[in-house]
Amino acid sequence: MSGANDPYDPKEVAALAPETLQAAVGTAREAFAAATDLDALAAAKPAHLGDKSPLLLARREIGALPPKARSEAGKRVNEAQTEIKAAFDERLARLQAERDERVLREEGVDVTLPWDRAPRGARHPLTTLSERIADVFVGMGYEIAEGPELEAEWFNFDALNFGKDHPARTMQDTFYVAPEDSGLVLRTHTSPVQVRALLERDLPVYVVCPGRTFRTDELDATHTPVFHQVEGLAIDKGLTMAHLKGTLDAFAKAMFGDEAKVRLRPSFFPFTEPSAEPDVWFAEKKGGAGWVEWGGCGMVNPNVLRACGVDPDVYTGFAFGMGLERTLQFRNGIPDMRDMVEGDVRFTLPFGTEAQ
Amino acid sequence: MRIPVSWLIQQLELSGEHRDLDAEQIAAAFTRVGLEVEEVSPLGPVTGPVVVGRVVSIEELTEFKKPIRFCVVEVGETDDGAPETTEVVCGARNFVEGDLVVVALPGAVLPGDFAIASRKTYGRVSNGMICSASELGLGDDHSGIMVLPSGENSDVEPGDDAIELLELTDTVIELALTPDRGYCFSVRGLARELACALDQRLLDPAAIDVPAAEGPSTPVTVTDEQACPRFVLRRVTGVDPTAPTPFWVRRRLMLAGIRSISLAVDVTNYVMLELGQPMHAFDTAKLSGGLTVRRATAGEKLTTLDGATRALDPDDIVIADDSGPVSLAGVMGGASTEVTPESTDILLEAAVWDPASIARAVRRHKLPSEAAKRFERVVDPALAPAALERAARLLRDYGDGTIHPGRTDVGHPALPAPVVMAMDLPDRVAGVRYDRGVTASRLQQIGCTVEVGAADDGTPTVTAYPPSWRADLNQPADLVEEVLRLQGYDTIPAVLPKAPSGRGLTAAQRRRRQVSRTLAEHGFVEVLPFPFVSPTAWDALGLDADDPRRRTVKVLNPLEADRDELATTLLPGLLDTVVRNVSRGAREVSLFHVGQVVLPRAQQSPMPSVGVAGRPSGPEVAALDAALPAQPTHVAVVLAGPRVRAGWWGKAEQADWADAVQAARLVAEAAGVELTVTQGDTAPWHPGRCAQLRVGDFPVGHAGELHPKVVEAFGLPKRTCAMELDLDLLPLVERRPVPKVSPYPPVLLDVALVVEDSVPVGELTRALRSGGGDLLEELSLFDVFTGAQVGEGKRSLAYSLRFRAADRTLTVEEATAARDAAVAAAAERHGAALRG
Repeated sequence: MSGANDPYDPKEVAALAPETLQAAVGTAREAFAAATDLDALAAAKPAHLGDKSPLLLARREIGALPPKARSEAGKRVNEAQTEIKAAFDERLARLQAERDERVLREEGVDVTLPWDRAPRGARHPLTTLSERIADVFVGMGYEIAEGPELEAEWFNFDALNFGKDHPARTMQDTFYVAPEDSGLVLRTHTSPVQVRALLERDLPVYVVCPGRTFRTDELDATHTPVFHQVEGLAIDKGLTMAHLKGTLDAFAKAMFGDEAKVRLRPSFFPFTEPSAEPDVWFAEKKGGAGWVEWGGCGMVNPNVLRACGVDPDVYTGFAFGMGLERTLQFRNGIPDMRDMVEGDVRFTLPFGTEAQ
Repeated sequence: MRIPVSWLIQQLELSGEHRDLDAEQIAAAFTRVGLEVEEVSPLGPVTGPVVVGRVVSIEELTEFKKPIRFCVVEVGETDDGAPETTEVVCGARNFVEGDLVVVALPGAVLPGDFAIASRKTYGRVSNGMICSASELGLGDDHSGIMVLPSGENSDVEPGDDAIELLELTDTVIELALTPDRGYCFSVRGLARELACALDQRLLDPAAIDVPAAEGPSTPVTVTDEQACPRFVLRRVTGVDPTAPTPFWVRRRLMLAGIRSISLAVDVTNYVMLELGQPMHAFDTAKLSGGLTVRRATAGEKLTTLDGATRALDPDDIVIADDSGPVSLAGVMGGASTEVTPESTDILLEAAVWDPASIARAVRRHKLPSEAAKRFERVVDPALAPAALERAARLLRDYGDGTIHPGRTDVGHPALPAPVVMAMDLPDRVAGVRYDRGVTASRLQQIGCTVEVGAADDGTPTVTAYPPSWRADLNQPADLVEEVLRLQGYDTIPAVLPKAPSGRGLTAAQRRRRQVSRTLAEHGFVEVLPFPFVSPTAWDALGLDADDPRRRTVKVLNPLEADRDELATTLLPGLLDTVVRNVSRGAREVSLFHVGQVVLPRAQQSPMPSVGVAGRPSGPEVAALDAALPAQPTHVAVVLAGPRVRAGWWGKAEQADWADAVQAARLVAEAAGVELTVTQGDTAPWHPGRCAQLRVGDFPVGHAGELHPKVVEAFGLPKRTCAMELDLDLLPLVERRPVPKVSPYPPVLLDVALVVEDSVPVGELTRALRSGGGDLLEELSLFDVFTGAQVGEGKRSLAYSLRFRAADRTLTVEEATAARDAAVAAAAERHGAALRG
C-alpha cells in the first residue's frame, strides 16, 4: 500500500469537508429560493450546478484523497449534489406552475360575448313530424309508400269506389287541371297511394303514405288548400276492426303520450266500409284533456280490393288517414295554420332539425 | 240539415229512461250511430212577458228621417174582461191594423241579453217592442216583424204567452250528413236513426193511408225511365190563394232555415223536410196539354224560378208541356208555370230522378238546391204517393182546397236487391263475438226483411231485403257497418296486429332525409311553398320563350285567378318566400325546399279509360302512368344577405355564388355522389356566375348568383343566389366505396401553374388529377394570383399536392415523377406552364 505516503494537501481536503459541502448546499438553496422567475432561476443554476460550482470543483479533489477516504468523500459529494439538484427541480417546478397559471389566467376571455356568427338552419316541423310518424310505423313493420301529387282520377277516385257522379266526389273540393277531360286532379288525399301500393306490392301489404295533398279551401287559421296527410294501409288475412283500433291506439300513444287513446265514431268514406272517424284523447288539449277529431279510417271497401285485384273473400284490411297540419296544430298548440304555410323563418327555426 | 228537437221527438214513442230525452242526449245518440252533430243551439233564451198582441191602430209619424209607427196594441184583457192595450213605437211597416204580432213587454229579456223596458223614443213613450223572428231567436229573417196568422183557423188570442206558442224553449240540432245517408235528409230518417240508436219505436210520418185514385191527374209520358224511375202527380183545386201558412209550419221551416213563401210552396218544402221527398208545385192553369218527362234537346231554353234563362244540355232531364220545358227536373221549377198569389189550381209533383243526372245538372247549371241535394243522394222510391197525399191534405186543410180524385203514377222502380251475407261476417270484421241474433235483429231494426238460411257448405247466412229507402245497402260490408255501428264501435276492442318485418326506409327515402338534414345543419331553413305559380313568374325569371319550364299544367279552378300554373321549378315559390321574410325584417335568409315539380311532356298521352271491376292489366296501369306528367323531386336553395353576420368580431360576409354551388355539393355529398361543376349560362342566373351541375356528363341542375334583372323583378335583396337540382337524377348510392387507408407517410409537393384566364379552375384541376394518377391522394388550390408578373390575361394557380402509395413509403423521386406527370397533363390540355 502506498497511499499513506501520497502527498496530502490539507487545503484541498477542506473543500471536501462535510461542513463545507453542507455550506454549499445551503448557499444553493438560498440562491434558488431567491430566484423569483424562471429566467432568474436559469441564471442562478450554473453557480451551483455548473462546471464551476463548488461541488464540481470539490469532486475534482477526490482523487487526491487516500484511497480509503475517496469513497466516503465521493458519497458525501453525491449526496450534496442530489440535494442541490432536488432544490433546483423543486424551485423549477414551482416557478413553471406559477408561470402556467399566469399564462392561462392572462388568456382568459369573456365567454359571455355573443358568437352567433353563422345563421342557423332548421327543418319544417311538418316534414319532421311526417318522418317521426313514418318511423313509428317502420318500427311496427310497415314500409313507406309514395306517389305523384298530380294524380290520375282513376287512382284518386275511381279505384277508391267514388262513383263518377256521386256527391262524395264533390265532397272533396278538388283542383282540376286543363284540359277539361285530362282525367288528372291534384290529389285530394293520400289514398291513391293505397291503390298504387296494392298494385305494386305483394300481399300482405303494410304501408304508410305521407304526402302533400290539395283541396280548394281558402287559407285561414284552420284550413289550407295545400296540406299534408299520412295514410296507413294494412291488407292481410284475418285483419279486423279491432286491429284497426289497436293500431290507432299505438299510433296515438307514440304521438301524444301514454295516456292517449282512440275512439271511433261511425262515418262514411267511399273507400272504407265500415267507416269511422277516430277521436284521440289528448291530455294537453287546450282548455283541458279531451277528445280531438283525428282523421278518418275504416275497413277497406271490398270494391277497392277488387279494383286492385285483391280477393276480398281471402284478404281484408284497414286504412286510416290524418292531416299533419291539424295534428301539428293541436299537438304543439299552434293557433294559426298560416304560420306553417308562409315560410317565415322565425316560425320554423325553433323546431330545429328533428321532430320533438 | 237543421231540425228542431221538438219535431224529432214527436216522431218517437219514447219509453223508459228515454221518456225525457233532451237535446244533448239526442246529439250523443246521433254521434254514436254516425251522424255528425255540427251544432246544438238552444233557442232564446227569452224570458219575461212576451205575448201575442193585436194591432188596434197605427199612427204614422213622418217627421223623422225614416217613417215610424206609433201603435196601439191589444195585449190581453183586464180583470173585468175589457181589452187591455198598450202603446208601442215600431220601425217596421209590414203589418196592418188587426194583425196578430208578438209583443215583448217591459221586463222581457230577448236573446243577446236584450232587456225590454218602457222608454221615450221619437217623442212618444214605447211600452215594449213588436218583435221580428230573428229578435226572438227563431231564424235569420229580420226583414220585418213577425205577423202571426189570424182568421178562422187561428185560435190565437191577444195576451197568449208567445214563449209557449212559439216554443221558444226548443233546441235546434244541426247535422253534417254524409253522402251515403240520403234518407237522413228528413225528420222521418233522422227519427228512424234515433229510434235505432235508442231502441225506441218510430212513429213513421210516412205511414199514411193513400186512397185509391180515379184515373190520372194529368196525362204524362215518361220517355226515359232510367232518368225518371217514378213520376207521381196529385192535384188540389179551389185553393184560397190568400190563405196563410199555418204558424207551426212556418216555424218549422224557419228553424230549418227555409223562408216562407206561400202556402203551396211552404207545404211542399214542409213535406220535403218531414218525409224527404222533394216536390214541385205547378199552377195547373198555366200548363198546356199533357206532360212529358224527357231529356232536353240541344238549343232548348228554360227560365227557372230564380229568373235566370238557362240553355239546356241534352243530358238535362226536363218536364215539358206543349209549350216546351216547364221544369228542370229535380233541380228547379220553371218560371212560366210557377205558383203565384193568384193560383188556385195546384198540381203537385213528386218523382224519383237518376241521381247521377241530377248531380251533373247541378254542376252544369251551378244550381245547388234542397231538392237536388236529396235527389243526388237517392230518394225513397216508394215515398211519392204518401208524400203527395200529405201535401194535398195540408193544402186542403189550410187552403180550403179540394183534392182532385185522380192520381198520375208512372214507373215502378225496383226495390233494392237482397244481400246475402255469412251470418258471422259482422263478428269477423269487428273482431268481436256478438250475441246470437244480434245481426238479424239489427238488420230488422233498420227496416230490412231478414231471412236466415245456410250456404252450400252449411254455414249460416242471412239474406237482407233492404227497405226502399236504403239503396245504399248493396253488399255484405254495408250490412256489416249497420250491425257494428248500432252495436256501438265502442264495443270493439283494440288489438295490435303483427305486421311482417319490414325493410325500413328505401335508399331514396333515406337520401331525401339526409339531404334535407344536411342543408338544415348548414344553415338553411326548410320552407314548403305552394306549387301555384303566376305565369308572370316565367318572365320575371327571364326564361326564353321556348324554355321547357314554361310548359306547365294549368289549374282549371285556382284559388287565386292569377296563380293558375303548377310549378315546373321550385324557385318562384322560394323567391316569394324570401321576399316575404325580408319584408318582415329578416336580413339573412337561406331557405331550402325539397318537393315535387310537375313537368308535362311535350306530347302528353291521353288518359285511358280503365274500369274498376278488377285489377287493371299491366298495359292499362302503364297507360295511366304515361298520361301523368313527370313529377321529379327537386331540391332548391336560395341565399340572400349575409352568410356570416356582422358583429363584434367583424364585418358580415355576404352569401355569394360559391355558397350556392357549395349547397349543391352538400346535397351531392349527402347523396354520396360526386358532382362536377362547369360554367353554365341559364336563366334565371347571372350569365357569368352560373354553374352547371353535372353527375358525370349528365346535367342535373344549376347554381350561382341570380341575374340582376331577376333580383329586381322579384324585389329580392341584391346578389341573391340560388341552386336547384333534380334529386331524382342523382344515381342512388346504396353503398359508398370503402376507402383504402394507407399507413405509409405522404409526400407533399406544391406547384404553381400559369394559365390563360379563360381556363376554368375546375378543368385544370381535373387535368392535374388525371395526370397525377393513383399516387395523387389529394390536391387543393391555395392561391390564385393575377398581375404583371404572370402576364396580361393570365393567372397563376398554386396547388398543394399530397402523394401517397398504398403499399410502401413513397420516395421523393416517385412523388416528383407523379407531380411532373400531373403538370404535363395540365400543360397538354390547357397550356399550363410551371411558374418559375
